[in-house]
Amino acid sequence: MAAADLRTHDYDVVVIGAGGAGLRAAIEAGAQKAKVALVCKSLLGKAHTVMAEGGAAAALGNVMGEDNWRVHFRDTMRGGKMHNNWRMAQIHAQEAPDRVTELEAWGALFDRTPDGRINQRPFGGHTYSRLAHVGDRTGLEMIRVLQDRAVHAGLDVHMECTIVRLFVVGGRVAGALGYFRETGRFVLFRAGAVVLATGGIGKAWQITSNSWEYTGDGHALAYAAGAELIDMEFVQFHPTGMVWPPGVRGILVTEGVRGEGGVLKNAKGERFMFRYMPEMFKGDFAETEAEADAWVKGDRKKNRRPPELLTRDVVAKAIVREIAEGRGTEHGGVLLDIASKQSPDYIKQKLPSMYHQFKELAHVDITKDAMEIGPTTHYVMGGVKVDAETQESTVSGLFAVGEVGGGMHGANRLGGNSLSDLLVFGRRAGLHAAAKRGAPPSIPDADVEATMREALQPFERDGENPFAVQSALQAVMQRHASIIRDKSGLETALTELEKLKGRARNVGITGSREYNPGWHTAIDLRSLLVVSEATARAALERTESRGAHTRSDYPDSDERQAREQIVIKKEGERMVVRREAQPPLPADLIKLIKEGA
Amino acid sequence: MVEQRRFRVFRGTRQQGELKEYQVAAGEGMVVLDAVHAIQAEQAPDLAVRWNCKAGKCGSCSAEINGKPRLMCMTRISDYQAGETITVTPMKAFPVIKDLVTDVSWNYEVNKRIPAFQPRAPDAPDGTWRMYQYEVERPQEFRKCIECFLCQDVCHVLRAHGKHAEFMGPAFLVRAAVYEMHPLDEADRRSYLREAGGIGYCNITKCCTEVCPESITITDNAIIPLKERVVDANYDPIAALWRKLTG
Repeated sequence: MAAADLRTHDYDVVVIGAGGAGLRAAIEAGAQKAKVALVCKSLLGKAHTVMAEGGAAAALGNVMGEDNWRVHFRDTMRGGKMHNNWRMAQIHAQEAPDRVTELEAWGALFDRTPDGRINQRPFGGHTYSRLAHVGDRTGLEMIRVLQDRAVHAGLDVHMECTIVRLFVVGGRVAGALGYFRETGRFVLFRAGAVVLATGGIGKAWQITSNSWEYTGDGHALAYAAGAELIDMEFVQFHPTGMVWPPGVRGILVTEGVRGEGGVLKNAKGERFMFRYMPEMFKGDFAETEAEADAWVKGDRKKNRRPPELLTRDVVAKAIVREIAEGRGTEHGGVLLDIASKQSPDYIKQKLPSMYHQFKELAHVDITKDAMEIGPTTHYVMGGVKVDAETQESTVSGLFAVGEVGGGMHGANRLGGNSLSDLLVFGRRAGLHAAAKRGAPPSIPDADVEATMREALQPFERDGENPFAVQSALQAVMQRHASIIRDKSGLETALTELEKLKGRARNVGITGSREYNPGWHTAIDLRSLLVVSEATARAALERTESRGAHTRSDYPDSDERQAREQIVIKKEGERMVVRREAQPPLPADLIKLIKEGA
Repeated sequence: MVEQRRFRVFRGTRQQGELKEYQVAAGEGMVVLDAVHAIQAEQAPDLAVRWNCKAGKCGSCSAEINGKPRLMCMTRISDYQAGETITVTPMKAFPVIKDLVTDVSWNYEVNKRIPAFQPRAPDAPDGTWRMYQYEVERPQEFRKCIECFLCQDVCHVLRAHGKHAEFMGPAFLVRAAVYEMHPLDEADRRSYLREAGGIGYCNITKCCTEVCPESITITDNAIIPLKERVVDANYDPIAALWRKLTG
């Protein structure tokens, strides 16, 4: 493994991940005249952001003039079950409108209001119609706009490049090592500022809306570099994924279906969400079908929102309960029906890709029949602990933004708050990373050599198939660390993960280094094991139920743990778990949340 | 309801390769991408394939299935008759990297050269614009493009004649159409389309429209109106002058 095997680049800022957050960060760092590399695991423009359907939440007040950042902040904190980093939630609510408007200046074509402004749709947990959207393909629009902006700004893009290690020298970030999928050759990026924008961890479960990329690379890289992870017990299971046929299980069905009036029914035809109103939201939602229907028809002053628009954690758990109590469908789901609530033309205009998806993949016409749906792993609220203003982690020069960053969404993320999160904090991360530029500390050659050697080890072994180990890991997490958890299940998960670590160390690869998915899977396994263990350990530590984290042995929320965070850090070879109190909210914000905006 | 299905998959590189046969147990609702993954997981871990969303939204898993350009994730195995062999090969208009993965980097180079979006001054003092739904719907159709490059693959100008250096291809005519028909855009891309873009190479066979998984009416709605603009600008100086005067 001589130097010939390694290409080296010098940059001011290296952004790892090219979804909405990475693109926005790179654009901003470029605008600050930093020399920027944008590194993506797939081709440019294919990141998970393209799958975001519903919209970007921003209190523009275009549809309901009563909206403002205070209401958005309050909704976010209540949706996050008061566990959010309050300052991030505040910055997010305040800056989201400017970030969305800015996209329009860059060419985004949002759906319009009758008076020609950006239209906004209702969504779960949002008091007012708040999501700027483009039919049900908002993420695709966003990524294409940002992609073209980045391309025309002349940023360097390194496609199909997976980062395997960050280098920290003397407490400061010094660079990152990766390999190109096409050639299997290594590349060293030297930079004083690295922005992680790698997305989530959903590939650790069997039933997931996430793609092959979502193996928690950024979480694992940061952890290995000595940064702290927080809130890893909070994994969002989206209430509506496809359940049938088996080949499509887990594929996302947008919350926009419910936003546009879709209702949830069990196999007996009962509209069950009225029975699952949490105490915190009593009085905010419709109590009868007639009231909910009137709201959907547009009479939003006199009527309250349908209970299908409760937060995702509440809806997902209600569905699990209906199924567990024997009121599920033949294939283990419940029904989502929009056909009986909206006209075929309206459905096709507002939800074109859902119409297409069900028609092609399930042979179901959603303008005529109900969809069979059930929960699917969707999003991790937990991530790298960052400073609210700058997105810098506890390691100097290392930033994390978007899904890989932690804190903003607390115990449960509201739909629509992810796309706006990417924009708001992407910009901030890019700004502050650019400010951090400067000659990085030099990386010892021996560390680079050792990292490359370790990455290539699977080629030297006649070991187990990495796909078999990955699928065993997904089975463990699905069974023991899914929506409903308990102590013995989580302990079993940890025991099983320990065994899987051994198996992962022994996987073997055949074939060459060129575009070899077996090898890629072997490397991704290392990240999957870190994030799976972190999730299980944090879930075991949190002895209460809150938001997306539900313990059958601790079914209630415990107010003493509300603002306590589970922090995970690497010490030697051990994963250490501790609790830390979050800073209290200022009095004016507590008042705002209690009394309304 | 599982049945054994026979697949032939291209295995190899730019220099050499062959169709290899695999048996796959196909369950209900399985798509071709599932079969490729099953082969990868159980029989050939080094089988190279691109994919991301598995829901027809990212345009990564483009290939040719029994010779037709398609997304593997949106092609159901049950669409092929029982007993029929399903052959999966890489896109033909691009160089093979390995197995089903092709080098599509040329497309990204083409996109870089399209003159960027350039909005008019904001309509309102707060820096926002007013656009109406009927105005945005036209470019919104082109924004459905998922960059799968299947239209590039099927286009005979690229596929059969290899005019990559002279012709931008239907996918990027669609991209240019987004901005050309954007209500706010003020840039002029006509000389680019005519010269570097080579729009004249398109002779409207509509093959691109047929393969588009997003059902974008590429030829009629994007290319023909762009051709008209280019021709008007080029051959009718009075019309061009008039447009310049009236905006």
